[in-house]
Amino acid sequence: MSTEKSIVRISDDALALALGADKVAAAFEKAGATVQRVSSWGMHWLEPLIEIDGVGYGNAAPGDVATILAGSAPSIGRIEDHPFIAEQQRLTFARAGKTRPLSLEDYAATGGWIGLDKARAMSAQAIVEEVKASGLRGRGGAGFPAGIKWDTVRNARADQKYIVCNADEGDSGTFADRMVMEGDPYMLIEGMAIAGLAVGADKGYVYIRSEYPHAIAKMRAAVKHCAHIIAPFSIEIRMGAGAYVCGEETSLLNSLEGRRGEVRAKPPLPAIKGLFGKPTVINNLLTLAAIPWIIEHGGQAYADYGMGRSRGTIPVQIAGNVKYGGLYETAFGISLGDLVNRIGGGTASGRPVRCAQVGGPLGAYVPVEQFHLPFDYEAFAAVDALIGHAGITVFDDSVDMAQMARFALEFCAAESCGKCTPCRLGSTRGVEVMDQIIAGRDVERNLGLIEDLSDTMKYGSLCALGGFTPYPVMSAIKYFPEDFKNRDLTRESERAGEHA
Amino acid sequence: MTQEGGIAEIVVRHQDGKTPARGALLPILHDIQAEYGHISEETVRELAAALNLTRAEVHGVVSFYHDFNSKPAPLPAIKLCRAEACKARGVEALVPDAERAAAGRVKIETVYCLGLCSVGPSAMVGSDVHAALTPEKLNALIEEAA
Repeated sequence: MSTEKSIVRISDDALALALGADKVAAAFEKAGATVQRVSSWGMHWLEPLIEIDGVGYGNAAPGDVATILAGSAPSIGRIEDHPFIAEQQRLTFARAGKTRPLSLEDYAATGGWIGLDKARAMSAQAIVEEVKASGLRGRGGAGFPAGIKWDTVRNARADQKYIVCNADEGDSGTFADRMVMEGDPYMLIEGMAIAGLAVGADKGYVYIRSEYPHAIAKMRAAVKHCAHIIAPFSIEIRMGAGAYVCGEETSLLNSLEGRRGEVRAKPPLPAIKGLFGKPTVINNLLTLAAIPWIIEHGGQAYADYGMGRSRGTIPVQIAGNVKYGGLYETAFGISLGDLVNRIGGGTASGRPVRCAQVGGPLGAYVPVEQFHLPFDYEAFAAVDALIGHAGITVFDDSVDMAQMARFALEFCAAESCGKCTPCRLGSTRGVEVMDQIIAGRDVERNLGLIEDLSDTMKYGSLCALGGFTPYPVMSAIKYFPEDFKNRDLTRESERAGEHA
Repeated sequence: MTQEGGIAEIVVRHQDGKTPARGALLPILHDIQAEYGHISEETVRELAAALNLTRAEVHGVVSFYHDFNSKPAPLPAIKLCRAEACKARGVEALVPDAERAAAGRVKIETVYCLGLCSVGPSAMVGSDVHAALTPEKLNALIEEAA
């Protein structure tokens, strides 16, 4: 192998860094190799993943440099041919693994700015019509049609309008937003600039959670590098401050305005009265990131993917106790079991899969008996589950579902903004009742209380934090009653032993 | 340490003249927190005056967000993720020993999700991230931070 000429490609995504990519990159440089830092392919179990002339070497450590350069290290073959990559339908993640995240040259060479150029030659209404035709629905979880939201803002009259990107990706089991910001930031910026043209807004904000310092740094740099390309549209990067609830759109707007991240009642909709009272498009990051592809290829081309009313592709995030975790973008309609077992390879621990939580901390626990469910907003809703931001967290059979139900309530108590009483107080009372159940006290009566409380939270909270916390709680009770009733104290101590 | 000198400068840095002044409150607070390690009572007073807000409003914002402290943190911190995906990968089993090792020297702070959910358990120290934590790796982080 011609090691002198070959370029060694290593991701600088936060996940690769967390597994030591910087040290590996330094070792390659020390050995005289030319190193390029690129985005991540999304095959997380292989990071740090080294790519030389298209061939991949997984889990590289600094000590592997010599054998990798000599071509004698075990390889996974051509990365693009790996089944995990080859079977995906990557539209939003088409550049993943292939480009240097902040290189304008790489971006332009891979179709960057084509969508924006096209949009500039279109009327605002025509842009909105393409988005409507694509069938794109909000990727934050609510699944509201993006085109209709844009149309409302377009038709609103105001001296100032805003585009706000919700990058407050707080759901455990999700990382797609982070990967876009760290791997393909210009695509998001392009999507926002197109949104600005479509509704008549010249200012955008990206609200990024503070737990993502690498994403924030990349986005700040990217916005600076391409300011001349997107002008007169401009973007400001805002850092959150450690409040999960700010992922809720009205809390996020309050936070951007310099207020406590408290939920607002709707109406008025943000599309009419949003940031600083002005008409505002607030979309999840993945929604905006899908826009350049849609405008470049046309709405119909996007709508050709998917099933039912779930059109296009969805970047699924396979996480938790899973063997092959990572980013898997595919058309809607793939089954949950396919994602967890065939693609994800089952659990990392090697024990049987017991369930998966889909859609983050407010999503239901789905038992293996329902793994036939297709990834589709309506199919999940029909069984009281949700797709949310498309994160799948896999659990093996050692999980204690009563503890997970308790945690859902504990999380809600920690993150409640305090506006709605059922969420603020109900979550804390719920933790106390769960403690009684876990201790085996008056279980039947206490389960009745939890059910009643869940109902109150569901219907008495303004936003999804209080309103959806009942999903993980009630699904755990419904599908895994044995973890709540007659809790087996021997199994309990077995569990304690396992984890010791 | 007095914060008064630098506050006015930080406030000015964040005004663009276009958006309402209070809109910059979070970036301002982030800068103060980063610079001084906390946001003091006097600072709250000064910010309120500078942004034409009440002290209660500024205090309300400072106390709402986990990232802002009104007192300096006495110990260096390791942010350990204890959300669902890291629980599924065994973070809870690491906690008792880590807390024993850290006692009085390092604060093991709970965070919910660092976006490394396929390779947990994970932690963040400053802005350095660490994944696939084992008892040994976490212990090394504690020793390094102490």
